[in-house]
Amino acid sequence: MGRMFGRFRNHILIFFAVIGPGFITAMVDNDSGGIYTYSAAGARWGYLPLWTLIPITLLLIITQEMCSRMGAVTGKGLSDLIREEFGLRITFIMMTLLVLTNFTNVVAEFAGVASSTELFHISRYVSVPLSAIAVWFLVVKGNYRSVEKIFLFACVLYGSYIISGFLVKPDWKEAAIYSVKPVLMLDRDYIYMLIGMVGTTIAPWMQFYLQSAVVEKGITAKEYAASRVEVVVGCIMTDVIAFFIIVACAGAIYTVAPKDIQDAGEAALGLKPFGQYAFLLFSAGLFNASIFSASILPLSTAYSVCEGLGFETGVDKRMKEAPIFYLLYTLLIVAGAGVVLLPHFPLVKMILLSQVLNGVLLPFVLIPMILLINRKDLMGEWVNPRWFNLATWISVALIIGISLALGADTIKDLWRK
Amino acid sequence: MADNLLFFTELMGMPVLDLKGRRIGRVKDAALIPLDHVSRIDRYLVGGGDAWLSVRYDQIAEIGREAGIRLSDEQLVPYHEDDCILRIARDLLDQQIIDVTGRKVVRVNDLTMEIRQEGGRAALHVVEVDVGLRSVVRRLLQGGMPRAWIRRLQEPIPPNSIRWELCNVVESDPLRRLRLAISYDRLEELHPADLADIVEDLSPAEREAIFETIDSEVAADTLSEIEPKMQAAILESLEPEKAADIVEEMAPDEAADALSELHDDTSEEILGSMEAESKTEVEELLEFKEDTAGGMMNTEYVELPEAATVADALEALRANEDLLEQLNTIFLVDAQERLVAAIPLARLFIAPAETRLQELASDPLIQAPVEESQDRVVEQFDKYNLLTLPVVDEEGKLAGVITADDIISVLRRA
Repeated sequence: MGRMFGRFRNHILIFFAVIGPGFITAMVDNDSGGIYTYSAAGARWGYLPLWTLIPITLLLIITQEMCSRMGAVTGKGLSDLIREEFGLRITFIMMTLLVLTNFTNVVAEFAGVASSTELFHISRYVSVPLSAIAVWFLVVKGNYRSVEKIFLFACVLYGSYIISGFLVKPDWKEAAIYSVKPVLMLDRDYIYMLIGMVGTTIAPWMQFYLQSAVVEKGITAKEYAASRVEVVVGCIMTDVIAFFIIVACAGAIYTVAPKDIQDAGEAALGLKPFGQYAFLLFSAGLFNASIFSASILPLSTAYSVCEGLGFETGVDKRMKEAPIFYLLYTLLIVAGAGVVLLPHFPLVKMILLSQVLNGVLLPFVLIPMILLINRKDLMGEWVNPRWFNLATWISVALIIGISLALGADTIKDLWRK
Repeated sequence: MADNLLFFTELMGMPVLDLKGRRIGRVKDAALIPLDHVSRIDRYLVGGGDAWLSVRYDQIAEIGREAGIRLSDEQLVPYHEDDCILRIARDLLDQQIIDVTGRKVVRVNDLTMEIRQEGGRAALHVVEVDVGLRSVVRRLLQGGMPRAWIRRLQEPIPPNSIRWELCNVVESDPLRRLRLAISYDRLEELHPADLADIVEDLSPAEREAIFETIDSEVAADTLSEIEPKMQAAILESLEPEKAADIVEEMAPDEAADALSELHDDTSEEILGSMEAESKTEVEELLEFKEDTAGGMMNTEYVELPEAATVADALEALRANEDLLEQLNTIFLVDAQERLVAAIPLARLFIAPAETRLQELASDPLIQAPVEESQDRVVEQFDKYNLLTLPVVDEEGKLAGVITADDIISVLRRA
């Protein structure tokens, strides 16, 4: 018994030693865009979309697992590997796209900061600049360990959605049934909603961030078993949060009167009749998610680009040593926050554009990933098993198809506006 | 830009002409044979027909940036994979190498080569490895516009290059390392802290390669500068004998710290391969909890009997030359090995040789028991402005010393 406990304790210790990268990446996935998509799904369709969360979790696990495995085995970031195996030109094109895509994503996050603080009657002209400065200092002046702790704490704050989900007192029986009962309808809006849910869940930047974080954390192939558990648990937690967001909006908005909401702030307002706390928690959750993603995205972008193009990188370097890294990082934050403050800036279009770009870039990230992870000289005994490869190709094809469909649809939307 | 310089990007795709001036193909890659010559391009791999052809350096009459390569001998053989050659496009471009003088890891964007006339033949010698923005621009534009335009476009960007002889290629396969004559001798001359920074930037396999080959003493100093988790990963990747050699060379307290991070069976294995003397020292330290004075201390100090004089002290210092760099206090113990006094080293210089050390002792004598908590120890360093704090066991016997650098590491970790 004592021995068994000892072994169990050992496992727990290893698990805590590798915790961080998988959780953080998965949680940032529920950024302001994600929260909006889930809220909109719940507000318009009630409990019907819940069944998609299980396949989405599987797709998420498959892609995330590959990245963390590559990071642990090769000890190199994804952009490092792409550069070494596919050359400078492909890397450059990819990085240019990544910067563009992530820039629009950063804008979307700061827009999330703006709309969530405005729910508390704080002007965006105060909250957005303050957040931008805080984010910049957090990463530049902190070190990896302390920053990771703050991020993990931010992950815990996502719990606010679980509580607000309970406060709304939704119909749990229906929620349980629709979680496992797929409902397919040939309704154009319904299908686009489903596509949107998958599309916001798997984004190109996550693959870069996760792999770099695994490398930075020094996780080795030996510890990989524990790291895989972390990734899987992280992905599941992400979708548990998504579940509660949908349920909250279904219970609060759909049951009263189904409607199309325009942003996540509107969803929060919809929760107001169910008590001040439900509203507060939902809004605070949105602020947390937005600022959390706003701190990770610019950092991850600057890392990936400088790694891939061979410029000095890392927050442990001084500004003079890694000028391009700091320039890119600062520019993304300043411009991302600045755009949100511009009067008459087509913010909604920009956020829609971020979805299009995510969809366009995704195939260029996922396909090289599968090619790399099947390279015996890189991965050794850790290459994909054949059955898993099949599953991976199918998932990737599915994700790419869905993302492109979402992108195409959004372009049509943009055209119409 | 001097005309005798040629970038590797310019060489790629350059036409290769036979004796009659007919084009037989274009350059696809070039290779060095380091065992023959460190910088001369030995092989040009030419593609045109079905298979690549291999052109030796002595089959070339002329190399011109615009005119291309003109051969002096048409007896070409098909290219075969060969372990002794370092192919530039495949093995060097886009890979990481170590810039020994810049003390960092850089990614190769391009190479600058020099066209030299050698006995009526033209040969290319690698002179510099190009990193930075200028070479990125060159790579991106390569093949997209005439070579002369690219040269003009890159002109305003300041160059960023490393001399070829100051570069160290990293190769994790030991056999290939031998065949390519890659050694890490030059890394041994770096300051261990700089080498540690370099090593931290590499991948695990490359780290292992470096620690496998460099001198154990340098490896030990370098390992001490690396953060604990990575230390453990490196030690685990090495053969236990090699790991033991390195751990033996480390200061006992650092060795104990490193081993305590490892899995029990791995650290047993390494301890098993160590020499008896350093093994017991390290094992004793492993007994102490990490966050106590016992866990922080090291056992490298100089102690003398109570009655010793300045002359004796100088004698003892001569016998412990390897400790001198870090030493700033020596200790006096009585017949039962109990600590009685601490003497700041500097006082020895101004005292006559026959002075008894007792007279030079710091007063009061500040010491800590082995079980003292880490926080208390740090406090004492701050309060008394210490450089070295002696640690004693339950019987008052000198067990080890804690030095200011240990305290700095503790504070930085917090």
